[in-house]
Amino acid sequence: MKALTFSLLAEPEERLDLSALTPAGLAGLTDVQIAKLRIGTTRDPALVGDMFKVTGKDAQSIVFEGGSARFDKVGTGLSGGAIRVTGDVGLEAGRKMSGGSLLIDGSAGNHAGSGMVDGRLEIKGNAGDYLGGPLAGEITGMEGGLLIVRGKAGNYAGERLRRGIIAILKGCGDYAGYRMIAGSIVVAGRVGAMPGYLMKRGSLFLDRRPENLAPTFVDCGETDIAFSGVFDQFLIQEKIMDKPLLGTTPGKFGGDVAVSGKGEILFRRGR
Amino acid sequence: MNEMHQLNRNGVVIDDTFAEAFGMRATAIIITAPTLKWARQAAITMTGYATSVIGCGCEAAIDRDLPASKTPDGRPGCRVMIFAMGTDELQKQLKNRLGQCVLTSPGSACFADLEGTAPLDLGNALRYFGDGWQISKKFGGKHYWRVPVMDGEFLCEATTGLTKLAVGGGNLLLLAADNAKALRAAERAVAAIEKVPGAIMPFPGGVVRSGSKVGGKYKGMMASTNDAFAPTLRGLVNSALTPEVNAVLEIVIDGENNDAVTAAMRAGLKAVIELGPKRGAVRISAGNYGGKLGKFHYHLKDLLP
Repeated sequence: MKALTFSLLAEPEERLDLSALTPAGLAGLTDVQIAKLRIGTTRDPALVGDMFKVTGKDAQSIVFEGGSARFDKVGTGLSGGAIRVTGDVGLEAGRKMSGGSLLIDGSAGNHAGSGMVDGRLEIKGNAGDYLGGPLAGEITGMEGGLLIVRGKAGNYAGERLRRGIIAILKGCGDYAGYRMIAGSIVVAGRVGAMPGYLMKRGSLFLDRRPENLAPTFVDCGETDIAFSGVFDQFLIQEKIMDKPLLGTTPGKFGGDVAVSGKGEILFRRGR
Repeated sequence: MNEMHQLNRNGVVIDDTFAEAFGMRATAIIITAPTLKWARQAAITMTGYATSVIGCGCEAAIDRDLPASKTPDGRPGCRVMIFAMGTDELQKQLKNRLGQCVLTSPGSACFADLEGTAPLDLGNALRYFGDGWQISKKFGGKHYWRVPVMDGEFLCEATTGLTKLAVGGGNLLLLAADNAKALRAAERAVAAIEKVPGAIMPFPGGVVRSGSKVGGKYKGMMASTNDAFAPTLRGLVNSALTPEVNAVLEIVIDGENNDAVTAAMRAGLKAVIELGPKRGAVRISAGNYGGKLGKFHYHLKDLLP
């Protein structure tokens, strides 16, 4: 069965809320019912049929052909199956995902992977601010799953991360891992100011020594730990990295001692 | 006795009898270290005093060494198997031995190596040693604990698997003209069985010289000397030994499953037969309890090369 494919007819004139277009949301709907789903967010909202040419039948595998920075909430609550976007997306892609896979061939806006619980979200381009982070009023950010950004991420990546892994492969902005509770953030490339600021527990794994650390991080020296080998193998097996990130004797900063101080920044030494 | 001596291979007499083995609970782990020497040291320490469930609570040994390319952390290691009669005892032995012998060994790390029906705690049982500084990491479908120690970190997977399909008590009795020949035959058998994956020989160097029978004349003795195979008692008891036999050694085999024990028995038999009666054993037999106690019967005649 061919993937259920939404081909964009023209650049949308309003922001679109695509949270209804998931495998679970579309299961059992006819073509006509799908075409009448409301996705616009203005007083005269667009319907699916206004924006997309819909082909294919397999709702477990959804493809958006052509993307837009106005595609908000793609894959919200995705619990199984697969969604692929052959272009950019807007805000909150993969928010509250609990399973399945969401692949974005372009870049994503702010709050991608926000509140994600499980599953795999991969962004081939760049991600905006608050990657995996909580929305206003929420206590925790991402709570599980695997979030990969092949490009750069903005500021506050992994804010309030509680569980799961975020991997950013071309560097990120300031305050990566801000107030993180646990979990792991991998960053290859340059990291902005104050990584791990106010982190309680959890790990930041970097491919180079961090600059501009908060003064409340303590240099723990060089480590010789088996963990870095296991984690490097995992990153390579998952095709996240093509070479070891940490190496056999990573350096370590402990912190943030302004809070509990049980977090860590492990980094590849010599870079 | 004549009925028993029907089979002959390369001049070695094979008794028409069987080894009787029992269902057990088992698990397997991989221990790694910076060098194979230290991985083996941790494994040998962990599997010390684990020859028989009768007195040790479990039976354990190294299954095989693993090159760095075959371990989860890319360091040399070895696979250790532990067998016990019940799940609770297995868990207790695993926790104590891991905590006292592997956690303590320089540079060690420990990983699950058996996908079984139920989990047994590894790092989950030891993490509190970290006194609040232990770190939990979940990735790739696995859960690890990192416990800070004086040479860095003890990395340990949270759980390993339990199998209820394990078999304990496969055995070969090697009957020879003298001690040296019996030992040579036993060493050949051990070397051959060591190559069989999923099978261990928990006794010293894989060899038992004090084979036992069930019970004894003294109250409370679960097992006592196998007088029928003790050469110095020939003539005094209902001996199983013919005049040319002056030493008997036993190989006891525990396996991950029936197939592993079968393969190990087969490998041991082949090695002893190839050695021949002049340098090794003149006769091979096996221990059983009449076939009523153990579920698994390994008939020697079915396992011959």
